[in-house]
Amino acid sequence: MSDKTHETGTDQIIKPSAEIFGPGTISMVLNVNGILQSIEMEPRTTLAEALRTSLKLTGTKVACNHGACSACTVWLDDLPVAACGILAIEVVSRKITTIEGLGDADHLHPVQKSFIEHDAIQCGFCTPGMVMSCAALLARNPHLGVEEVETAISGHLCRCGTYPHVVQAMLSLSAEQEADHG
Amino acid sequence: MEAFEWQQAASPENAASLATHTTTEAMLSAQGTRAAFTQAMLIKAGGVDLIGLMKDGLVSPVRLIDINHLPELQGISENAGGGFTIGALTTLAQIATHAGLMKHYPAFVQAVTTAASPQIRNRATLAGNLLQRPRCWYLRSAAHHCLRKGGEHCFAYAGDNRYHAILANHDGCAIVHPSTPATALLALQAQIESVSANGVQRVISIDDFFVLPSIDLHHENVLRTGELITAINLPAPHHTHRSAYLQLGEKTAFDWPLAAVAVFFAIDDKGICQQTRIVLGGAAPTPWRAREAERIIEGSKIDQNNARSAAEAAIAVATPLSGNAYKLPLLCTLINRTIMKAATSE
Repeated sequence: MSDKTHETGTDQIIKPSAEIFGPGTISMVLNVNGILQSIEMEPRTTLAEALRTSLKLTGTKVACNHGACSACTVWLDDLPVAACGILAIEVVSRKITTIEGLGDADHLHPVQKSFIEHDAIQCGFCTPGMVMSCAALLARNPHLGVEEVETAISGHLCRCGTYPHVVQAMLSLSAEQEADHG
Repeated sequence: MEAFEWQQAASPENAASLATHTTTEAMLSAQGTRAAFTQAMLIKAGGVDLIGLMKDGLVSPVRLIDINHLPELQGISENAGGGFTIGALTTLAQIATHAGLMKHYPAFVQAVTTAASPQIRNRATLAGNLLQRPRCWYLRSAAHHCLRKGGEHCFAYAGDNRYHAILANHDGCAIVHPSTPATALLALQAQIESVSANGVQRVISIDDFFVLPSIDLHHENVLRTGELITAINLPAPHHTHRSAYLQLGEKTAFDWPLAAVAVFFAIDDKGICQQTRIVLGGAAPTPWRAREAERIIEGSKIDQNNARSAAEAAIAVATPLSGNAYKLPLLCTLINRTIMKAATSE
């Protein structure tokens, strides 16, 4: 599969229409982390596969590949979704945010910092998805209680059992935000 | 997942005319001649169930007709005469956070809020949830040519039936209906609106929507090929209406309830219940009205005693299989609790 990854203008977005696509490879443009990227894919390519294989954004993990574990959580128009169950072709021109778009090693997102401070990571495989859910929760509700955090991460399976530390990481963040705002 | 073609429908009618099979039919013919089944063109909405079935090799359409972008199937609106119309593609998350629905139909919103996971609720459509295939592990196993898929044998009777039906379960197939919102929608007397390829619309009472194995072993509902749900209607609310929903399961997210109960009634100024509906989920091949329980509550004032009697009457008629009698005490407790929850709600 050729992986031409480059920025393109909005006029180059291939907008699906009544036209029939596939079953073979087609050229599509995805809007990932604020960058329009052209990729070759088939209609059966899931968003998770497109991110990991074509765009080399391997922070998004695939575990169950059936929407049951939430390891592949990304944001679609700012809402957390399971990228393994969505076809990439469906989300052409939609806004996609992955863990790589949230922060990097030099500029950690507050949720990432708090996960480190509260030891909310063990093997780390569920962590990117968990962070995406937590950051989305924080964005829409900065005043968090235990119940909100537990609901937000309820879809995530963590075989290491980091849940209590994740809740603590999020509660501390909520308190910090409230303190910052006086 | 096998390769397939992809096409966006221009309208609901267009999607209906392009579709050659329902997902259910495509799973049926998958067990017969391979040639017929690989030609199926199937409608896809949120795709939560369909993509999973395709990954498991249970259905391999030649083309997906995507409807998820169609604006005429989106949104929640309050009707002039009271009541609400919910577009078929409205996501479970949109329903779970809708103030009007929360106020007037608590059982429905409570049921929606417990379905799947937050990620899935952001993607799953209400109509897709109602139409998802049963979670029976024999139906979902490519290695089992079960009766519901066109085979000659139900594996659940002699096999592991811990998640199967305890009511209406002796007509060849012992699935439980998988939709959590459906349990509440039957209690609330919703209506299903549909459209077909020729533009013909119909309104189906939810009382007539689901189909038992004794009527049809292969389909869970009355929708025909090339017919799609356009909206779900909820009847006008009234200040006397009370409803509640509760479920019990092994997990709180991405799991289907072992037992679920939705209760609806109207309480008059003397505290007497009318229009009583007590619906069980995780119990039968369709959402199941526990009429024995309804008869005890209807025309009465609710107290701990008749709530308990109603619960006991409902499970007295159950016919559990070899591995699921544990559901009886679960449902008994849950019916009792849900009646009391509805009675004490605002």
